[in-house]
Amino acid sequence: MTLLPTTRPPKKLGLVIDLDVCVGCHACVISCKEWNTGGYGAALSDQDPYGADVTGTFLNRIHTFEIVPEGGEIVGEAGDARIVHFPKSCLHCDDAPCVTVCPTGASYKREEDGIVLVDEDKCIGCGLCAWSCAYGAREMDLAAGVMKKCTLCVDRIYNETLAEVDRVPSCVRTCPANARHYGDLADPSSNVSILVAERGGFDLMPEQGTRPVNKYLPPRPRDRLADKAMPLAENSDGAKGFFAWLDGVLDRI
Amino acid sequence: MHPAPSIILFSTLSGLGYGLAVMLGLGLLDPALVSTKTAHLLALVLITGGLLASTLHLGNPQRAWRALSQWRSSWLSREGVMAVATFVPLLASAWASLFHDMRLPLVGLLGAVMCAVTVYCTAMIYASLRAIQAWNTPLTPACYLLFSLAGGLVLVAMFATLGGSLSGWIALAGVSALTAAWTAKWAWWRRLRTMAPISTPASATGLGGIGAVRLFERPHVNENYLTREMGYKVARKHAAKLSLLATAAGGILPSLVLLAATISGTGIAIIFCTLAFAGFALGSLIERWLFFAQARHAVMNYYGG
Repeated sequence: MTLLPTTRPPKKLGLVIDLDVCVGCHACVISCKEWNTGGYGAALSDQDPYGADVTGTFLNRIHTFEIVPEGGEIVGEAGDARIVHFPKSCLHCDDAPCVTVCPTGASYKREEDGIVLVDEDKCIGCGLCAWSCAYGAREMDLAAGVMKKCTLCVDRIYNETLAEVDRVPSCVRTCPANARHYGDLADPSSNVSILVAERGGFDLMPEQGTRPVNKYLPPRPRDRLADKAMPLAENSDGAKGFFAWLDGVLDRI
Repeated sequence: MHPAPSIILFSTLSGLGYGLAVMLGLGLLDPALVSTKTAHLLALVLITGGLLASTLHLGNPQRAWRALSQWRSSWLSREGVMAVATFVPLLASAWASLFHDMRLPLVGLLGAVMCAVTVYCTAMIYASLRAIQAWNTPLTPACYLLFSLAGGLVLVAMFATLGGSLSGWIALAGVSALTAAWTAKWAWWRRLRTMAPISTPASATGLGGIGAVRLFERPHVNENYLTREMGYKVARKHAAKLSLLATAAGGILPSLVLLAATISGTGIAIIFCTLAFAGFALGSLIERWLFFAQARHAVMNYYGG
């Protein structure tokens, strides 16, 4: 049924993504594809996989943005402009338009934990849910003709055959920088809720009225390069201690 | 948005078919005439052809019947249900005209209302998507309904002429509907040109507070489903020219020849009315192509488009 749950889900499972920490290595992209191409539902196909025009279905993609403050110029020169790597997957919105537009009932939001899923046996591949999603979280698999999306690794997080440490989404388990956090965002004492409260976690495109569950943590303010100017190699002014002594000795030789 | 030919054909053909069916249901033509019987068949062919075309873009068309189930939340499902239900009065009206030379006034009226509701549902599939700001306006259903109405009147004028007499008021109604349709469309285009985007790279990333946000690298070098489906930009460059061309072919030309047809002999009038229909069909196709090609999807904020 593509009506959204009428009662508030007791749990809101989701991700908190730390834009201060992500190094843009794309490891989560690959681990997501690896886990989900063999897990829940149809495989994530690639078209022309060994050719020049390779393309394929991904549930998680990393975009990279350049942020230039007023007065900032080119990265590294003004010192203030910065690169932010931006992982993006389904936000499991509370008011998910992808669910309500689905004509077949394939798209649904789980009442127990708020995860948005696609029942692929009912999906006709009309693509309307992908149109309705402002975040680009849904991609049609061209081989299977059904809509694919992040399942929050529903086949990992409740999987008691896995070691407890592995019962988190594949992207979270893989991230070498610990930029991705998984937990219950309805519980104010959960690890993710505390992160959001402490770091000022925010919604993407709140103006779309989707009320995303996933939150993003902003990059921390960065020191201006100009304020942290390091002594130039040609210049020993301001050297202290051992280096001041060495500087004097070498000058006298 | 990618202008898929199947969807453009679907909405244009079914819009014309429903418009014609509305006029037949309102009893604008004599049910005993061969031309009217042909009109009934053409309406059904246009509607059915449009619906079949719409299934061409599905990944799994064999399950299309499931799309009738979610009418409580989905405009696409509502449209499917209405389209199927509307066949009942339309087939009854066609049957009455084809085999009994008669009109069923109540059934015709019911069919006309259901046709309009179906066209409204089609438009709301697009108008309900907030992620595509260009479509997310009441002007979208207004355009769809008025285009369907104008198409129906142009077609009815043609069949009235084929049946031997084009009454002046059908032509006048046609010209009024054409004027209303293209006025609504120009208001839609004006809104598209002047609106401020509700979502920007700054709001999409939440990083606008730090500075100007610019895409540095896409996730992958090649295109993906999202950029192919939603990143279509070819039309924007030519949009102004195409909208003028569409209005000339689909609005001005049909209006002029419809008026000319009322004062010319039957033979010439048939040519004029056919020309009016051809112009309107061409203009509608261009208009519908622009409807998709010009619309910018919010996801392009993540793709620098």
